Amino acid sequence: MSPSRKSSQAVSAKPAAKLQQQLMGERELRGIADTVLRLAKSLGVAETEVHVDENISALTRFANNAIHQNVAEHTLNVSVRTQVDQRTARVTTNRTDEDSLRAAIEASLSLAHSQPKNPHLLPVPGKQRYRGVNRFVKQTAALTPEDRARAVRRACDLAIKNGQTAAGIFSSAQAQSAMGNSRGLFAAYRDTHAVFSITMQEGSAASWAKENAASVTEIHPQQLAERASEKAHRATDPRELAPGRYTVILEPAAVLDLVGFLFYDFAATAVRDKRSCFNERMGKQVFGKNIHIEDDVYHPLQLGAPFDGEGIPRERVLLVDQGVPKNLVYSRASAKIAKKKPTGHGFMLPNEYGEAPMNLVFAGGKASLDEMIASTERGLLVTRLWYIREVDPYEKIMTGMTRDGLFLVEKGQVTSAARNFRFNQSILEMLRNVEMMGPAVRATGEEAFEMVVPAMKIRDFHFSEVTKF
Amino acid sequence: MYDLATAALDTAKIRGASYADVRVMHLRQRDLTTKNGEVGTLAQSESIGLGIRVLANGAWGFASTDRLTREGVAACAAQAVSIAKASALAKREDVVMAPEDAYVDSWQSPFRKDPFEIPLETQLALLLAADAEMRRVRGVTLTETDMQFRKIDSWFASSIGSRIHQSKVITGCGIVATSFQGDEIQKRSYPNSFGGQHALQGYELVESLDLLKHAPMVAEEAVALHSAAQCPQKAGTLILGGSQLGLQIHESIGHPIELDRVLGQEANFAGTSFLTLDQLNKLRYASDIVNVVADARLDHGQGLGTFAYDDEGVPAQCTDIIKAGQFCGYLSNRETAHLVGLNRSSGTMRTESWNRLPIIRMTNVSLLPGTWAFADLLSDTDDGILMETNRSWSIDDRRYQFQFSTEIAWEIKGGKRGRMLKNPSYSGITTEFWNSCDAICKREDWTLWGTPNCGKGQPMQTMGTGHGASPSRFRNVRIGAAFSKQ
Repeated sequence: MSPSRKSSQAVSAKPAAKLQQQLMGERELRGIADTVLRLAKSLGVAETEVHVDENISALTRFANNAIHQNVAEHTLNVSVRTQVDQRTARVTTNRTDEDSLRAAIEASLSLAHSQPKNPHLLPVPGKQRYRGVNRFVKQTAALTPEDRARAVRRACDLAIKNGQTAAGIFSSAQAQSAMGNSRGLFAAYRDTHAVFSITMQEGSAASWAKENAASVTEIHPQQLAERASEKAHRATDPRELAPGRYTVILEPAAVLDLVGFLFYDFAATAVRDKRSCFNERMGKQVFGKNIHIEDDVYHPLQLGAPFDGEGIPRERVLLVDQGVPKNLVYSRASAKIAKKKPTGHGFMLPNEYGEAPMNLVFAGGKASLDEMIASTERGLLVTRLWYIREVDPYEKIMTGMTRDGLFLVEKGQVTSAARNFRFNQSILEMLRNVEMMGPAVRATGEEAFEMVVPAMKIRDFHFSEVTKF
Repeated sequence: MYDLATAALDTAKIRGASYADVRVMHLRQRDLTTKNGEVGTLAQSESIGLGIRVLANGAWGFASTDRLTREGVAACAAQAVSIAKASALAKREDVVMAPEDAYVDSWQSPFRKDPFEIPLETQLALLLAADAEMRRVRGVTLTETDMQFRKIDSWFASSIGSRIHQSKVITGCGIVATSFQGDEIQKRSYPNSFGGQHALQGYELVESLDLLKHAPMVAEEAVALHSAAQCPQKAGTLILGGSQLGLQIHESIGHPIELDRVLGQEANFAGTSFLTLDQLNKLRYASDIVNVVADARLDHGQGLGTFAYDDEGVPAQCTDIIKAGQFCGYLSNRETAHLVGLNRSSGTMRTESWNRLPIIRMTNVSLLPGTWAFADLLSDTDDGILMETNRSWSIDDRRYQFQFSTEIAWEIKGGKRGRMLKNPSYSGITTEFWNSCDAICKREDWTLWGTPNCGKGQPMQTMGTGHGASPSRFRNVRIGAAFSKQ
């Protein structure tokens, strides 16, 4: 089931001169932030924080072997937080003229004054130093509707040739954000990203493949189309199997979408609120000794700004070492309460959730998917999971469905497709039962944001019911 | 606003569009939350911009801008046409739209109290008081409250001559108590989970819910759940409270009837539907007593799916979806109506904002009231389980197999409500479940529930939908599978 390498050409790169629309320069972006800070000062605001976010994105959507939706947008939002006398509030607007910005500041002040004092509110932070990251790829920003349409056309032609039906997206975006405050802090970040996702349907069977990267040169639409096409063909005539506990081989997208539900549990605020599954479990052997998780925005396969919603530099944090939860992430407020250092994972204030790690990186192993299959006496190969929801927040039991390619493995070989199952599975238990892992890759799914995770072979995964297809 | 919309339409026509429609939208939102007696979120936002959808060379293009000048909207319209022409590079056939009249109209959703005019101090004081009431109960470890208010103004203009202004006011609020004890987290919410109740109403919705009165009970039940018996695993009789049934309708009727899903347009993300075109007017979807409509008209109630016109300029309608158990209708738009033999859209195209393309969405998809008084339904049930307030929801991508869990349940024995049960769940196959419905409560117990967070489309759009429901009974349902170990 390895992806075909026959036609691995990526989407062709374009010179920068062909840029369709361009983001503002950093000076212009900073000009908006400075205007807000100047206006706030003239209004006598004690402390002010401003975020400026600009996004240029386009998405081509196809189904039934043709483009049916094709959209583009350009947005610019300015978000102002004022802080006076231990009170704070935020107002966001997409009007950037001086009168509108002044009105936003005044509205924020009005909201702030309407509430009781918050004794835990900290002054805005001063200047910070950030580690540079370069995640803006001109070729991605230069992608045109025609480029996307041609790639989609080729994928649809493959579907037609193979008697299948293709549906999916090809999107590209460039975005930047900047923040400043009245104590001189200024931070700015820009990146690009491109996504190609395809579902191939053959009769009532389907399969799926997707890539997401900063550079469109790392997106391989035709290779993904071929992979989904091949798997869709193998997914026909599924067998109905009895529900129960199975050894499963989860492809990276399936691992991602499940473990993604763990991320907020690593927030110090969630533990303090007693809604984290790590409440009273820190320092204990929660997972198998082969589980190692970090949060690392600087990892080469990660995207994201090197600062958090309060302007604090993001730190690399060891979350789980040899199966033991070691550290949490902290905003400034939760760090002060816990007498720790903030780790640069805070959300924009005010909020009730505090912080979360957004750049999870799992340590992987060396096994290939083929090796995992070859070592399996009887089990299931899972392409993707769907509609995952939390059933039990402390045991972290999740429910959901398999989707777009579930295959029976017998005596080391994929022998047939299987009808999709519903699972009810504790993530804590699952990560105690990992027998083999592949190399960690940048995985992308639909239920969680992108992470660096490996494929996993897991014993005793619990499927409770089977559906009709 | 119509000047800008007309400028965009003119540019689109000059650039070669055969059809175009424009939405200028101004969205305002206020969010208030408290946690453990302190203000959590206190934020307000506004966004204004224009989106234009065009047909050129037989294919669609869409572009949006917040540059609301003649030059800005003209550039946006030109971009939309350019995108449409690129779409035509990978088209199979030209888009065909069902005919529709042009309308010139203005509509304001009804409300008694503008939530943006109510002093913030009043709103926060109510939330903090409800929060305090919940924290009085020993064993509660986390208390949360929220209010959300929205005003949405939209100006729709199309190349067939429609000019429609709609103004909506939306309100939502709720409270939650959570209790951690031993190795368990339990919670109770009022009047519903995941943000409470939401409706096309003003601040009168908040006042009608009487948060203070309900706060102690919410907290006490959250703590009491720790010592309740585990919900059994069995096949048996299930009674669903109205809010949970509303979500059941949403997932197992509302989504499968979306014609874009049926036609494969959502195959890559939201999924498809088991309701293939050959099922229309043939499938026995439910038992004889089940009648479901998709009704966007104000007559149906002030729901999140209520409007005067959809975002394609089609007037609000009531469509029969299930009549006496028989499947008889889809949610359609101008592009798909002819595929099910209709000569007109059912008026369900909706957009989240000016920068999103309208797509087929639920309006108010509601189970019509039945004939039972709730007390009679309980006394008629010899052995069953009553489940209330959603905790988790999941259904496969063709909408056959579902599993829901709720916050709380009670045994019904000999016609009486008995002991409390924790960790309740039920599961099944959509049509088997709806065919097992043998009792639906009357209008007096019927509520038009709001689901504010329905996600669909790429880029993702979040939409509010309405679901009228009253407590109902289902036989031979699989109960408790979510916590089974085998």
